[in-house]
Amino acid sequence: MDNNAQDPMVPQLYEVTRTIRETHDSFSLHLKSKGDSDIPEFGPGQFNMLYAFGVGEVPISISGRAEKSGNLIHTIRNVGSVTSALNDLKKGHTLGLRGPFGTSWPIEACKKQDVVIIAGGIGLAPLRPAIYALLKQRDQFGEIAILYGVRQPKDLLFTKEFETWRGKYGIQVKVTVDSADREWKGNVGVVTTLIPRVSFDPTHTVAMICGPEIMMKFSILALKQSGMSEKNIFITMERNMKCAVGFCGHCQFGPAFICKDGPVFAYNKIKPFFETRDL
Amino acid sequence: MDKPSVIDKEDLNKLIAKLNQQGYKTIGPTIRGEAIVYDRISSIEDLPEGWTDEQGPGHYRIKKRNDKALFGFNVSPHSWKQFLHPPEKKLWTAEKNGSSFKIIPEELENPKFAFIGVRSCELHAIAIQDKVFIQGPHIDSVYQINRKDLFTVAVNCGQAGGTCFCVSMQTGPKVNSEFDLALTEVLEKDKHYFVVETGSDRAQSIIENLDLRTAENQELKIAEEIIDNTAQNMGRFLDTEGIKETLFENLEHPRWEEVANRCLSCANCTMACPTCFCSTVEDVTDITGDHAERWQKWDSCFTMDFTYIHGGHVRNSTKSQYRQWMTHKLASWIDQFDSSGCVGCGRCITWCPVGIDLTEEVAAIRKSDKTKIDNI
Ligand SMILES: Cc1cc2nc3c(=O)[nH]c(=O)nc-3n(C[C@H](O)[C@H](O)[C@H](O)COP(=O)(O)OP(=O)(O)OC[C@H]3O[C@@H](n4cnc5c(N)ncnc54)[C@H](O)[C@@H]3O)c2cc1C
Ligand code: SF4
Ligand code: SF4
Repeated sequence: MDNNAQDPMVPQLYEVTRTIRETHDSFSLHLKSKGDSDIPEFGPGQFNMLYAFGVGEVPISISGRAEKSGNLIHTIRNVGSVTSALNDLKKGHTLGLRGPFGTSWPIEACKKQDVVIIAGGIGLAPLRPAIYALLKQRDQFGEIAILYGVRQPKDLLFTKEFETWRGKYGIQVKVTVDSADREWKGNVGVVTTLIPRVSFDPTHTVAMICGPEIMMKFSILALKQSGMSEKNIFITMERNMKCAVGFCGHCQFGPAFICKDGPVFAYNKIKPFFETRDL
Repeated sequence: MDKPSVIDKEDLNKLIAKLNQQGYKTIGPTIRGEAIVYDRISSIEDLPEGWTDEQGPGHYRIKKRNDKALFGFNVSPHSWKQFLHPPEKKLWTAEKNGSSFKIIPEELENPKFAFIGVRSCELHAIAIQDKVFIQGPHIDSVYQINRKDLFTVAVNCGQAGGTCFCVSMQTGPKVNSEFDLALTEVLEKDKHYFVVETGSDRAQSIIENLDLRTAENQELKIAEEIIDNTAQNMGRFLDTEGIKETLFENLEHPRWEEVANRCLSCANCTMACPTCFCSTVEDVTDITGDHAERWQKWDSCFTMDFTYIHGGHVRNSTKSQYRQWMTHKLASWIDQFDSSGCVGCGRCITWCPVGIDLTEEVAAIRKSDKTKIDNI
């Protein structure tokens, strides 16, 4: 290896400073670097590879920075072996981290525009740093709408923050669930049903979408029907990833490596591939 | 560089010895079992003298030649990538203490490889993997150290192999990219010699030490004719004109379904291919659970797990896997690395158990190019 250049496959050690139970299956970890290296700068939408000792390593988006300490926050849904090992970590425990990797949400391109953010399930986590980037310079943007769909009310993330977003920053936050019992007083239905219910000027809007592919597909369709042009729609892609630095080949999606050309893509750049099944 | 010289067959031993003296680990073609493979060699005795290989779709066999050629065959089942990008490597070790652990990176050692008998297509394949591993924003440290001092003794092909199509890919048969030394083997009635071209200063200093004579014009002419003859006898052809657009426009084409009916998803093609670079990682722990290791291993886009994400496999059919493999090689590679991912070595054709031939698959897609037909 060239002198002291850091090997991109060797993780840095981070300490868990706080754990937060977000929902029945999701949790957040606050992480502080154990080495001399500072917590890296990151763009909203970028991700890290998190390593749980002896179990494995998975890509997880950065969901924010802790307010006072500046520590990194990751919000994770427990779905399998590695995420469940991460779920078991307690305050003071150590994990490995490589990153940040990938492209970011186009905050600059949103200036003087309306912004529509559409999230499905855990997809709100990678969007949260973008939301905070918008809030930080709220006056630079026009209308901002956040449309959030989950399966059931118990899947909702970050609900405590919604009131601040609405009240303090005048953001339209709309939530819907696929199904609910009678206690739920909110919307029921797919997330696209929320689009006509928020105000934005489709000819001057940037949209950012993160969620299951099928949900992104219908959201794109609905946004186009509302009059938006494809080049202003940004989505994130998810694929198996073993290295995050373009060596392992797993995340290829047509000509793109999702780890370095994505995960955030302008929709018009990947459209033919997005529309091809099983690619 | 100076005018080419001539080295006699016996003097090749001096070259190998010289390289060994300078600390190079010499690797070259040698017979193991029923195949000519690349392995450690220490003299020309180790080379497959008088042997050739017969290759066809799904077919490989070595057989005796009626001369004593040292390089009278084409490409080995394995490629040089096994040395530069090894099939398995440990990335690091982690040791647990309490609720914490530490990570110990691997100590890397420069193997100082000298590859003897590298074909032109193989030099191109190495250059292609260089782009993947050491010319992007991130550096693969194992590849980098293995590659660092690599000395290449290339060989211009004296015959076209049964599945080769380097002429189509503009990667051969004459060495036309970076090399240290390039040999052309000449066998005449009573003469057996090599015309040697020098491609680097370090090669020049080795050659000067060997006390070789300058090649005569007649010898150079014979060498050229041998290579021309190889080019003219190439049995396979792949039309690369607009291939990226053609494949991208035909992602939905009945041929994918058709080839999927023959393909076994065995992954042989990806293992044999000198440019295929995909890998996976495996995490292992010992019985105490305090000692963990992370290993990287070759992987293939023909395995189901390759595209597993929570909820399912993205490419869950042979059709989508074969389509990925071929469009990556011939189309998306161009976007990613500014060159084709195929050098026309023919390995994937030879080592496919059912003889699937990508040149035929491309031709079939072109024949009923969806966009062209729609336009009629
Ligand atoms: C760029 C990117 C950002 C992501 N951000 C988040 C996030 O912020 N929060 C979150 O909860 N999840 C996120 N994911 C998904 C997360 O990586 C997977 O849920 C996780 O890999 C599942 O691993 P597992 O071992 O627990 O599951 P298992 O089902 O046991 O998976 C086994 C292995 O398959 C691979 N794998 C499985 N699912 C995925 C997947 N969806 N994506 C990539 N590889 C997968 C991993 O190598 C994993 O170790 C992101 C994925 C990508 C590609
Ligand atoms: S795709 Fe086939 S012919 Fe092309 S370089 Fe790979 S193995 Fe050789
Ligand atoms: S093309 Fe041939 S070698 Fe490649 S996976 Fe299919 S059957 Fe195996």
